[in-house]
Amino acid sequence: MSMNRQETEQLIQEVLQVYPEATGKQRAKHLMANDPTLEKSNKCIVANKKALPGVMTARGCAYAGAKGVVWGPIKDVVNISHGPVGCGQFSRAGRRNYVTGHSGVNVFADMNFTSDFQEKDVVFGGDKKLAKMIAEIDTLFPLAKGVTVQSECPIGLIGDDIEAVAKKSAKDIGKPVVPVRCEGFRGVSQSLGHHVANDSLRDWVLHNRDDDNSFESTPYDVAITGDYNIGGDAWSSRVLLEEMGLRVIAQWSGDGSIPEMQTTRHAKLNLLHCYRSMNYISRHLEEKYGIPYLEYNFFGPTQIAASLRKIAAFFDSTIQENAERVIARHQPMQDAIIAKYRPRLEGKRVMLFVGGLRPRHVIGAYEDLGMEIIGAGYEFAHNDDYDRTFKELQDGALIYDDATSFELESFVERLKPDLIGSGIKEKYVFHKMGIPFRQMHSWDYSGPYHGYDGFAIFARDMDMTINNPCWKKLQAPWKRAGAEALKSAA
Amino acid sequence: MPNVMLRNNAAGELVFYITKKDHEEIVVALEHAGPGTWGGEMQLSDGSRFYLEPLEQKPKLPLTVRVKRL
Repeated sequence: MSMNRQETEQLIQEVLQVYPEATGKQRAKHLMANDPTLEKSNKCIVANKKALPGVMTARGCAYAGAKGVVWGPIKDVVNISHGPVGCGQFSRAGRRNYVTGHSGVNVFADMNFTSDFQEKDVVFGGDKKLAKMIAEIDTLFPLAKGVTVQSECPIGLIGDDIEAVAKKSAKDIGKPVVPVRCEGFRGVSQSLGHHVANDSLRDWVLHNRDDDNSFESTPYDVAITGDYNIGGDAWSSRVLLEEMGLRVIAQWSGDGSIPEMQTTRHAKLNLLHCYRSMNYISRHLEEKYGIPYLEYNFFGPTQIAASLRKIAAFFDSTIQENAERVIARHQPMQDAIIAKYRPRLEGKRVMLFVGGLRPRHVIGAYEDLGMEIIGAGYEFAHNDDYDRTFKELQDGALIYDDATSFELESFVERLKPDLIGSGIKEKYVFHKMGIPFRQMHSWDYSGPYHGYDGFAIFARDMDMTINNPCWKKLQAPWKRAGAEALKSAA
Repeated sequence: MPNVMLRNNAAGELVFYITKKDHEEIVVALEHAGPGTWGGEMQLSDGSRFYLEPLEQKPKLPLTVRVKRL
């Protein structure tokens, strides 16, 4: 049973009543009932605004966006978490960005490097320590292709000049040293961190080999951007493109490397999966190197087939025929998956609350399994993300921007979905409420979910979660209906 | 005087992107669309208006330019 627009609006009003008047007024702007005919979102929903004091937001910080999302997965750079030790340790390897190589030799994505700020460093500045550290890293890890300095809050507060250190150290060690000004207090969410990281890639890395033309390009070179290889996502996407006859010359940034990024300029087409976190660099690649970008979606067979055709349309008829062949080869396998899981999942109602892209991208995969999305929302999306969401969601579906934990719980209590897809902060709350839950940031320790291979895992995981017998065992036996007989027997 | 990037979208419309604000709008009216001069006053789909110092000919897009808010 889905709600119409009036019912959804009424639900929003009822949930907002708890707030003081001013807070309620502000929050009302972030909640709406979907209208798929809308083209622009800026008249009907407010996004990318600071969370209100006193409410519990699920957002992260700029450092999380820059180090955790964009720079973290690049395998051959050493990311220094410059500042106190915690930020680096708690953002280490939690997102499961898979890489190939030998950790500590030529791959550093799962290691934590930090300058471990103490009081002394806050008082006297940490620039000397940083310079020493970069020199040490160069000695200990000679195969690292670069070093980045990911600033934590204190760096901005005490005004350390990490740019000067970076410039000098880069000369000393002969490798790019990238200062990333992603102090946690900047911006309203991790979204600004994505932007800062994209800009630092643009300013310090991308152009370093522009005068080197030794790379032999082909007319079928493409780059994958905005795929972080969570549980192997980029690999299951890449095989489809390669099967089509395209050559993937760069992965941004899951399992990616600095040399790949510097050869991206030879690509003929830039395939953009996560629009929210990498549209900035994509726009730059288009302006500077004339590489057009194309947004695609590799979740669920319907969207994959549509995306493969869209990508193939950029190339000649060989690629287009290959694309059809790839789709035809995989279709029977996909049909078998749907035949197996659809009867078990048909009609189940789902609520999503994830970062800045996935709610709209996974809708197709859920619909392939016969499931229905009754509510969707983003933690840190901007208005252009909502523009792209309206068309994907059904009429009257609930949309929530930067939902507070109170709002999300109230909506769930009222809508009673069969599955919630959100992050780790929400997971155990909803488990305790007895509602099946998938952690959709890092695929709940599963994955990949991208591509045809990923869909098989996606369908299995959703079935495994929703139809798990544990959800029927949450009530104590003596509280169940017919418990009297149990009592008298005892 | 915001920095904006002008580009053509897949449908061939001129898109106006304010880099700092991450805000994208379609240009619905352009004063001088060439040939010859290109630029001048532009009206966006949200109703706001900007002025781009006219260029001598239609530039290769995408292009980052400075515009004046009207």
